[in-house]
Amino acid sequence: MAKNAVITHPESLKRPAGPSEYAKDPVNASLSKADKIALYTKMARVRHFEQRCIRTYQQGKIGGFLHLYVGQEAVAAGTISLLGKFDHIITGYRDHAHGLLVGMSMKECMAELTGKVTGCSKGKGGSMHYFAPDKNYWGGHGIVGGQAPLGTGLAYAVKYRGQKGSCLTYMGDGAINQGAVHEAYNLAALWDLPIIFVIENNGYSMGTSQERSTAHPGCLAKRAEGYNMAWDVVNGHDVYEVRAKTAIALKRAHEESKPTILEIFTYRYFGHSMSDPDKTYRDKEEVKGYRETKDPVFLFEKALLDEGVLTKELVESINAAAMEEADAAAVFADESPEPTLADITKHIYWEEDNRGPKTTSSGTIIFE
Amino acid sequence: MAVISYREALRAAMREELKRDENVVIMGEEVAQFNGAYKVTEGLLKEFGPKRIVDTPISEAGFIGLGIGASMLGIRPVMELMFWSFSYVAFDQVVNNAGNIRYMSGGLINCPIVIRGPANGGTNVGATHSHTPEAILASHPGIKVVCPATPYDAKGLMKAAIRDNDPVYVMENTILYNDKAEVPDEDYIVPIGVADIKREGTDLTIVAHGRAVITSLKAAEILEKEHGVSVEVVDLRSIRPLDEETILASVRKTHRALLVEENKPFCGVDAQIAYLIQSRAFDELDAPIGRVSSIDAPQIYSKKLEDLQLPYPARVVEAALKVLA
Ligand SMILES: Cc1ncc(C[n+]2csc(CCOP(=O)(O)OP(=O)(O)O)c2C)c(N)n1
Ligand SMILES: [Mg+2]
Repeated sequence: MAKNAVITHPESLKRPAGPSEYAKDPVNASLSKADKIALYTKMARVRHFEQRCIRTYQQGKIGGFLHLYVGQEAVAAGTISLLGKFDHIITGYRDHAHGLLVGMSMKECMAELTGKVTGCSKGKGGSMHYFAPDKNYWGGHGIVGGQAPLGTGLAYAVKYRGQKGSCLTYMGDGAINQGAVHEAYNLAALWDLPIIFVIENNGYSMGTSQERSTAHPGCLAKRAEGYNMAWDVVNGHDVYEVRAKTAIALKRAHEESKPTILEIFTYRYFGHSMSDPDKTYRDKEEVKGYRETKDPVFLFEKALLDEGVLTKELVESINAAAMEEADAAAVFADESPEPTLADITKHIYWEEDNRGPKTTSSGTIIFE
Repeated sequence: MAVISYREALRAAMREELKRDENVVIMGEEVAQFNGAYKVTEGLLKEFGPKRIVDTPISEAGFIGLGIGASMLGIRPVMELMFWSFSYVAFDQVVNNAGNIRYMSGGLINCPIVIRGPANGGTNVGATHSHTPEAILASHPGIKVVCPATPYDAKGLMKAAIRDNDPVYVMENTILYNDKAEVPDEDYIVPIGVADIKREGTDLTIVAHGRAVITSLKAAEILEKEHGVSVEVVDLRSIRPLDEETILASVRKTHRALLVEENKPFCGVDAQIAYLIQSRAFDELDAPIGRVSSIDAPQIYSKKLEDLQLPYPARVVEAALKVLA
């Protein structure tokens, strides 16, 4: 196998984790105490929700795939914390965090995992297909890289309407090798679309390390240069850095209507999905190292304790509340009804679900 | 009423809808400056400008996906594929994204996109450019597929497609682009899912769509003149939704059915229709259902043989006589 260039990590990742040099970045310095506590609380909620999901999965209540974001929380939390009214997001199948962070409830999220009618997608989407268009969240997509053109289209629509907005289009380090992603890059750059491609680089696509999947000139974001697009690399263990660098890209989108690729280095603690025994492609020591020295939730907690924003008591009560909320979501999911047989053929066509004087088609559209 | 071509009818539909709704945009390879690979969009750039009429790179997965994403936010893109054959490089977008997103979101999102372009053989361009994917695409719940055969239907179906809130795939035919007929100047739509009896008859029902309708009408002429047989030709116009009642009513009248299409035989549209007829009108049939499809091989380049590969009037006549025997 050809040898790749040495990976260009963000500067901050080359040193042991310490106080963030980005804490004083204007976008972070402007955060009030309450804002910071709220951001920490959100990250803790994501963590506890997913840890509760593991239990529900082990109880056999979640079918299919369950891809966890544990270890990666600062990526979604940092980026989403900056978004406004005309900013949209779309992602792949590792989509729970993004959902909770745009404001979906743990209840609808948990119920979707267990296939209940009270789930965000009424039990029709599952873990990989969360949606909340009322919160500018367009999914939740199961085909690796398939969401990249859609995100480009959302950005196109924002620009068409003359809105000062953007679309954050998330994908993994494996997804960037899909043709559709390159086509999206080209269109975004060619048409000056207000989009940020966020590569959540956790080092692996399933069991394949970046080294074994990708030819690159030092990092994945640098492919942007081939499209004359701006790019940056980001330490995804530091939510302050994520916010600082995302803010620059967001400004580029809002003010210049230009795209950016942000490669955010992060790490997942659990297997690719719950069905991955996680034994063949990485060392336990590697996972341990990240957990002990780079955990994004813990690092932010420590920063806020040092800043005097959080206290030990507050940390405890925030985490206890998040756990309680996750437990309540699990109970809600348990107690919720399944969709009925009649529900199977609903929500296929807008027109069938909205029959009225304005609908014009007829004929058989659902067949026996 | 003016006599205009199928091509002009499609263009008129798009022009009227561009005027009616500022969310309508036309997008595709060569649709703007070049005036369209088949000149369907000729003059639209001049009239509506580059914001509404957009040239794309050769990037079907990218730009079709972009159109789908934009439609989720309420833009109404009308995407041209130079050939429906090229949808195959965008299949994930066309099926997985446009076709599934409403369902997977439990009805939260809809996708009012139109994808249009020619889907036909018979133009001497070989197998890669001659696919007819209407059956393949119509087999996916969530997608609507229409195949206009005449200028009137081309305009009416295109307008209905653009106003529709679901993904509608309009399959045109390059061989029909120059066909002319009277088309109303005023606003009208042809509702999706309504078949049309293009010729009334009493002895045999032919069910067809797209150019196979024109072929069948020619065959019906011959059958009447040379064999004294009265043939009814049902033009499906829409594949999904499917006007089952019109098909069944015709079969109940004639008691014999011949299915004609330009698809290959395996799992074509006729497979669905044959199932329908035998399950709901079995006792009405006086003979087994017949069919005429393209000869089962990748589309051949040789012009002479391609003309024989596709259904042509004499082959339809022969098959009709068998059903009538
Ligand atoms: C087109 C396609 N091919 C393969 C898969 C199976 N698959 C799902 S996720 C995945 C790995 C993707 O890794 P990456 O993009 O790095 O994202 P991560 O899971 O690390 O977040 C694979 C191979 C798929 N869902 N879609
Ligand atoms: Mg990965």
